[in-house]
Amino acid sequence: MTGILRSTAAAWVPRGLILFLVAFVIFGPLANMLLWAFTEVWYFPAKLPIEWGFAFWERVFRPQGNAMESLINSVLIALTTVVIAVSVSIPAGYALGRRRVPWRGIILVAFLLPQAFPSVAVHINVARIFYSMGLAGTFFGVVLVHTMQGLVFSVWISTAAFATIDHELEEAARNLGASALRTFFTVTLPLALPGIMASGIFVFLLSLDEFTGTFFVGVPDITTLPLLLFTASMEGNYQIASITSLILLVPSVAFMLIIERFLKADVLAKIGN
Amino acid sequence: MPGESLTVDHVAVDYGTLRVLQDVSLDVAPGEFIALLGASGCGKTTLLRAISGFVKVASGRILLSGQDITSAPPDKRQMAMVFQSYALWPHMTAAQNIGYGLKLRKVPRAEISRRVDEMLALLGLEGFGERSVTKLSGGQRQRVALGRALAIGPRILLLDEPLSNLDARIRQSVRHEIKALQAQLGITAIHVTHDREEAMVMADRIAILDAGNVAQLGSPEEVYNRPVSPFVAAFMGADNEIRLRVERRNGEIHIPASDHNDAAVLLDGESANGDGVHVVGPGCGDVVAHFRGEAATLIAAGERPPGGLVLRGRVRQMSYPGGIYRYAVDVGDRRFMVDDPRRIEVGESVGISLPAAALHLYPAELGRHEVAEE
Repeated sequence: MTGILRSTAAAWVPRGLILFLVAFVIFGPLANMLLWAFTEVWYFPAKLPIEWGFAFWERVFRPQGNAMESLINSVLIALTTVVIAVSVSIPAGYALGRRRVPWRGIILVAFLLPQAFPSVAVHINVARIFYSMGLAGTFFGVVLVHTMQGLVFSVWISTAAFATIDHELEEAARNLGASALRTFFTVTLPLALPGIMASGIFVFLLSLDEFTGTFFVGVPDITTLPLLLFTASMEGNYQIASITSLILLVPSVAFMLIIERFLKADVLAKIGN
Repeated sequence: MPGESLTVDHVAVDYGTLRVLQDVSLDVAPGEFIALLGASGCGKTTLLRAISGFVKVASGRILLSGQDITSAPPDKRQMAMVFQSYALWPHMTAAQNIGYGLKLRKVPRAEISRRVDEMLALLGLEGFGERSVTKLSGGQRQRVALGRALAIGPRILLLDEPLSNLDARIRQSVRHEIKALQAQLGITAIHVTHDREEAMVMADRIAILDAGNVAQLGSPEEVYNRPVSPFVAAFMGADNEIRLRVERRNGEIHIPASDHNDAAVLLDGESANGDGVHVVGPGCGDVVAHFRGEAATLIAAGERPPGGLVLRGRVRQMSYPGGIYRYAVDVGDRRFMVDDPRRIEVGESVGISLPAAALHLYPAELGRHEVAEE
């Protein structure tokens, strides 16, 4: 009996160590960021901040600071991106997930292409093209760049969401007298909705965090939170950078909660099919 | 709800280049309950889907009370199907599932709720209307699916193996419930199943399908007692077969003795009111005899019972499925499965005693799937 107890205790030592390491890797940088957000003075060799306070929060949120403007920009761009990406991925996902589409695999991979090349190279060229079209430095230009990146996720996830729906569920509706269109709106779409919502949330977060494309296409006319964060970091202003990151963290946490509520595991499992 | 008639007239269906339904004709009378019975891949589900409009018919016609619906889309046929998977919509409650067809027909909301309550009561589901269908048991889901189909007052009720996902014990009672409900409503029903007993218990007539053709269409008694082909005989349980050389004279079947059987003179079923041998074809020369294991009895090696055919063999295996013993008996190089209430040791020499009514004779040159000209 004691032998068993001892062996379980021995087994827990390496497990505990691994858990601690994982926790440290995840929470270490977060803790550092939290500390910096509430720091007024902190220099070497002090282990902890020397003076604490909210002075930088006031600086970030004061009217002449452009944090609020960037936040509003970020959210508006993200929402518009979601609307465009989802309105493309509902028909695309339905076609790719439920109908026989020739070249289906190639079409799905095509959405992945912008992610397959180095991001800077892609966006420099996008910026050149947008410049010649007068889209550089515009709200819509930035939205288009974000949509291009978001589509791979929204189309793939929507395709998977539509593909999981059993054909008999649609046949049952047709059988009872529903037209094809009526069947789509009363059966197919509601059943795919959790997956489509998840893809929308995903695109929202992606757009909120997007840096490279916004940098090349939007600067200097459009400023978003990640750009503000970049500027602050380059200036060595860790307080402002940390506070901006914390603001960006809010939608991420909300995402975790919503995705847990809506996304069925079997939706993600079907993406490869 | 008066029942309607359905005519399937020389229908063929292709999947790609493969012809899955060859040439099927079927007349269903108003209010009749027809079972489409067959092994998987025989085309029974395809026939049901052709009737409901989900697969295209390559040739032939389908008539509903005389009206040609061959090319009508599924939503215009006013038939209702109960799916094997039930196909209930998980984003709706039981009541919403049942009321869906009525909502499509623009029935007023109060009337829908009244008819849904009526349907829930009819199916013994009172109080479950507001439950999500994902929170119901298999039997309850099955009844919601049935309710959803019946709520619209369909012209034909189509049942696609609706009982195969139920526990064996519930299945027995649901069979009778569905049959009673169908008879009470007087609705014409077509039921697809691979379960022989289910078809026998529920249907007025059974269509046995084989490789895309109707092998036999008849009442449960007909297909059980007078199978028209070796395939139907085997499918209906008469799967022991032996080759014999017989002669048919004066209303009697004469079987000479051989290494494996005693000589016998049996009554011909044609003249003996179903008490004699069931003969298909001329009944002369080489024939294949089919019989059921439960219709035979085992006798001691030396015993010679009056009447009937006796095969001589040796017990090779024994099992006890309950109630009776089941023996594998080798006669020559053939093995037969025979049931008997007594316990007999493996290795003993025995006789298999077959009363005349247990035998079905088919011409030996006849293919397994062919039907003899009579």
